[in-house]
Amino acid sequence: MITNNFPPKYKLNINENCNKCKRCAKECSFDVFTFDETENNIVAYNKNCVACRRCVLTCPQNAIELSENKIAFNSHFNWDYKTQNDIHKQSDTGAKLLTSVGTGLSHKNIFDHLLLDACQVTNPSIDPLREPMELRTFVGRKSDNISDEIGPQLQLETPIVFAAMSFGALSLNVHKALGNAARKAGTCMNCGEGGLHPDMVEYGPNTFVQVASGRFGIDKEYLESGAAIEIKIGQGAKPGIGGHLPGEKIDKEISKTRMIPEGSDAISPAPHHDIYSIEDLENLIYLLKEVTEYKKPVGVKISAVHNAPAIATGIVRAGADFVAVDGLKGGTGATPATIRDNVGIPIELAISSIDKRLREEKIRHKASIIASGGIRSSADILKIIALGADCASIGTAALIALGCTVCESCHTNKCAWGIATQKPELTKRLDPEEGGERVYNLLRSWSLEMKELLGSLGITSIESLKGNRERLRALDLDSYTMETLGVKGAGR
Amino acid sequence: MVLEFYQKVPSGCAIAGIMNTEAMSFSGNKIMDCIEVMHDRSNGLGGGFASYGIYPDLKDCYAFHLIYDDEPSRVETEQFLRKYFVMVGGETIPTRNTAKIRTSPMLWRYFLKPMEHLVEEIDEEEFVVRRVMEINTGIKGAFVSSSGKNMGVFKGVGYPEDIGEFFMLEEYHGYLWTAHGRFPTNTSAWWGGAHPFSLLDWSVVHNGEISSYGTNARYLDTQGYPCTLETDTEVITYAVDLLMRKHSLSLKDMASVLAAPFWDKIDNMEPSVKEHLTKLRIIYKDLLLNGPFGVIIANTDMMIGLTDRIKLRPLIAAQKDNWYYISTEEAAIRKIEPKPEEYTYSHAGKPLYATLKNKDKKGDKGTKISQGARLKGELNDDNK
Ligand code: SF4
Ligand code: SF4
Repeated sequence: MITNNFPPKYKLNINENCNKCKRCAKECSFDVFTFDETENNIVAYNKNCVACRRCVLTCPQNAIELSENKIAFNSHFNWDYKTQNDIHKQSDTGAKLLTSVGTGLSHKNIFDHLLLDACQVTNPSIDPLREPMELRTFVGRKSDNISDEIGPQLQLETPIVFAAMSFGALSLNVHKALGNAARKAGTCMNCGEGGLHPDMVEYGPNTFVQVASGRFGIDKEYLESGAAIEIKIGQGAKPGIGGHLPGEKIDKEISKTRMIPEGSDAISPAPHHDIYSIEDLENLIYLLKEVTEYKKPVGVKISAVHNAPAIATGIVRAGADFVAVDGLKGGTGATPATIRDNVGIPIELAISSIDKRLREEKIRHKASIIASGGIRSSADILKIIALGADCASIGTAALIALGCTVCESCHTNKCAWGIATQKPELTKRLDPEEGGERVYNLLRSWSLEMKELLGSLGITSIESLKGNRERLRALDLDSYTMETLGVKGAGR
Repeated sequence: MVLEFYQKVPSGCAIAGIMNTEAMSFSGNKIMDCIEVMHDRSNGLGGGFASYGIYPDLKDCYAFHLIYDDEPSRVETEQFLRKYFVMVGGETIPTRNTAKIRTSPMLWRYFLKPMEHLVEEIDEEEFVVRRVMEINTGIKGAFVSSSGKNMGVFKGVGYPEDIGEFFMLEEYHGYLWTAHGRFPTNTSAWWGGAHPFSLLDWSVVHNGEISSYGTNARYLDTQGYPCTLETDTEVITYAVDLLMRKHSLSLKDMASVLAAPFWDKIDNMEPSVKEHLTKLRIIYKDLLLNGPFGVIIANTDMMIGLTDRIKLRPLIAAQKDNWYYISTEEAAIRKIEPKPEEYTYSHAGKPLYATLKNKDKKGDKGTKISQGARLKGELNDDNK
């Protein structure tokens, strides 16, 4: 016998409070629970559990205890549970391992090693309850001076937008919730590469519409309904590779939105097959500008890779009005685990070096920079802005506000919270109004916190923190990293 | 680029300015009397003056005031200057030994005309700005403290009134004077760090601390103004030069960039004003100065007082006949003008200003410039 039968990672215990209502069996979309008629009790098949916590939180009797199934492994640092388990899964199936969300490996989180400044005596801190604090941000190309025409600008009331997440990866209700939140907060969502569902067209003024390598759902009307257009080259969770939405997910609604036949696989090629060089990208940028009569910002999204500064410079010179950069920790609905965990660089370093390079080339004002990939809090946003971004884009954080429990199962189409799934019985679990309110609250809360932090920095407008690395200090970072960030060590 | 790792010294201050709008010259005594009232706002670690109309006989020349650490920096700078300019004159800046100012760096001034063949292609003022930047960033131990025509900056480490006495400012006659008394939080023996800060005929005296320094400096760097001195005042000076000289913004627009009105105000303005101010804020977002400041900005034609967008520092202006005064404290104005016609208190972001009525005059009395030790081959054509 080959020892591939690893004990399950999680363990469910149903205690004596259970009144056999069988709700858990209905709630769990991963087929963990069955009701044993003969024994008259609920039986949990632990191996299927992904720790999404749906059962625990919906059980009316509070009868379910979910814990990590701690069994002893030889305490070998290199060959730990995950490593051995991955190898077994691979040798069972011969397939590559798929996963979702952002990487969960312990890559150093630079945000946690950056500290903000505050005013004392020589410069008064400012009370946001008394003085106005401005978060308004404009995405778009700025002219050299006042006598030149300024390019089209997208006005955001807070420097936070939602990351590109397609209808297909996510349910329509999620899109509606994000649309509601964006509209109420005066900011934008991003429809991702899956086209714009007819129900979403009304949210167009608060939507980035994406043009990705699969070209799904793109026509003139689509481009015109968005507030800005984003050409997707890369994604932080899967730099250099495309996407694949399996045929079984392509139901009537998705087929209509993506403009592909029902049941056919939706394949996004790794590269755009009409972009094999920077000149080709320039052609596409100007094609989209022509179609929309130069009325909207057209930008390009790339994943943060080693050569990002040079790539970003090329993109700005090719006419992009903004560059969206997605870092190593960016999320996804599905990706090979090996790509997610091993490819790309952290967003903090990418933004610092892109901002620096664009300034050296004297073209920093010609495009806005949108940063994403592992942004978890208002402080992370201010830190990335101080490192040189104009605004931040959040994906996973917004989904957590909608109930996501980071169970890393989006690619299974079984999301128990009705987020990353198309199954009608699951998607109806999420109410777009209630969800929109929660995500709006998150934006509001972060915005208030940012104002508080700005006040302590003695700054009344977010604009004055952009690229203001002097207000950051590094704790426990090596000198090379600090040099790349352009940040001094704490205490200096 | 030294930008990334700078050492910034915060400071508090007193500032004052006096202008005769008919360009009638008056001695430096007046401004020294005025700034002395605010003695307690400085701590003896920096003081200085900018004076306009003091070199009428050489008003076509750029008057470069230089601060040198040592002889080699002077030699190198003079060689550099001779490459680009016809040196009409040059001498040490006359000073007197006083009990209060015991040591000083080498202080020189030069009267320069750009070599004609070098400025055929480019704007003459831009040419001068480039050279000033090259000296300040490239020549160790040399610092250009002013570079305008018919004006000069006199500054150093000490109380302003003592610095004035040291430079014998009572012997100078100008029609516009500004002054600065500094309260830095730690000692810097460097005279270049005192205010006013000046470029071409712009001079800035500044009370405050800019919390947006990093953003401002990084933007100015991309616009050809490397900020090397780690002072907020340098940033303000370059910003004003960029906006008003290079981009030809009006005085009000310049103020709307540095101390921008808040969005909720702009949003409720009439459409054409709203559109204009929105455009200004979008394009020049990086030049918004955050943090407390009161500044007096001067050039040959005007004197401007400006406070930050939420008015965290005081500034007051007064007027009588052809006299215009701006000061941190009212008491300082009252010392030299007991009964002004009216006082105007500064409002956040709204400039207080006076402009010269008689633009051709610019200093009737002037100052003799031959008190110092001259360059060898002085005042003549040793460039040929
Ligand atoms: S939901 Fe709770 S009470 Fe109902 S069957 Fe499951 S464990 Fe028992
Ligand atoms: S979206 Fe759903 S499936 Fe994906 S991680 Fe969150 S809870 Fe799990």
